[in-house]
Amino acid sequence: MTRNTRTTVFLVAAAVLAAAFTWACTGLPRFGTDTHPYGDRAVRAALAHRTANVVSAINFDQRALDTLGEESILFAAVLGAVVLLRRARDEDRADPEPRRVLPSTRLLGAALLPVTVLVGVYVVAHGQLSPGGGFQGGVVLATGLHLAYVAADYRVLRRVRPLAVFGALDATGAGAFTALGLAGLIAGGSYLENVLPLGTFNQLTSGGTVPLVNAAVGVEVASGVIVLLAQFLDQAVEITSPGHAGPVQNTGGGAPGNPPEAS
Amino acid sequence: MTLLPFLAAGWIFLVGLYGMVTSRNLVHAVGCLAVAQSSTYVLLLAVGYRRGGTAPVFADIPVGSTVVDPVVQALVLTDVVVGATVTALLLSLVIQIRKRTGTLDPEALTGLKG
Repeated sequence: MTRNTRTTVFLVAAAVLAAAFTWACTGLPRFGTDTHPYGDRAVRAALAHRTANVVSAINFDQRALDTLGEESILFAAVLGAVVLLRRARDEDRADPEPRRVLPSTRLLGAALLPVTVLVGVYVVAHGQLSPGGGFQGGVVLATGLHLAYVAADYRVLRRVRPLAVFGALDATGAGAFTALGLAGLIAGGSYLENVLPLGTFNQLTSGGTVPLVNAAVGVEVASGVIVLLAQFLDQAVEITSPGHAGPVQNTGGGAPGNPPEAS
Repeated sequence: MTLLPFLAAGWIFLVGLYGMVTSRNLVHAVGCLAVAQSSTYVLLLAVGYRRGGTAPVFADIPVGSTVVDPVVQALVLTDVVVGATVTALLLSLVIQIRKRTGTLDPEALTGLKG
């Protein structure tokens, strides 16, 4: 199919889709409607379990089983990326040369790294109270550590980020979530049931199992993202392919130039 | 114009799809997929909006305040996480394609190789 035909086919299909979508939207409840039956029930259920952040209550209490599935997707994707980006037989590992970093960048990175990590821990720990939670805080934690790469170099990053430890932590986080579910099954009778004392509303310890599940997710997301980013950084910095002087450079979608022999 | 937020979501989806159809670079195509996927965030949040509502977090507002629908917000969170992981997985596939065939142009990838 030529490019023009393909674009034409797409435009026709897009026009049909746009018309059908617009028609379907006219059947939706009005934008900003006052009728949110599920939302109202979710708010009531969250307040009954003394969890101030209703979104966290839904994710880690009411719909915790769905979040376990989501967690498993994340875990499987990290695993998949690790397998896909492992060093192939015909590739070599080169030690990256340290580069010169501006002193101001180095200072800013060194000053901000602990602050960012602290903010990440704060966002995870207050998931049941304020906006945030395990997913958001985990990403802040993981990217915060990479300030070491920006401000110093790759070898410093490797020292602050022992991959074997974070790989194990990733699995531990995913396992802890499952184990908390089993604890609910044993103590309460249903999987992931909120069995712990609910505490005082709007306190750090409120919400029963919500803070614990939240922390498990935080650990898993933080270490998962670290492991994931490490695979991509390895490709860019460390791994050298045959037929290339250095790491694989992305030359964009131009003509295929100098293709290495496919195995 | 109460339809506008929903239509905006549809527009973002079609723009992303158009990018994927006309893409000449797999990294660009993965980016377009992320754009198309982000339309679902807009659609979900538009569905959950309540006029005059604030964030469904009762840490600093009195219980009983008008809040937007928290269920769709939780769904969007799931959506974002899955979107990010799919993007990561696709990008690792793209890296492998680049290594094995030396090109990122989807139109240059014709033959099947064993």
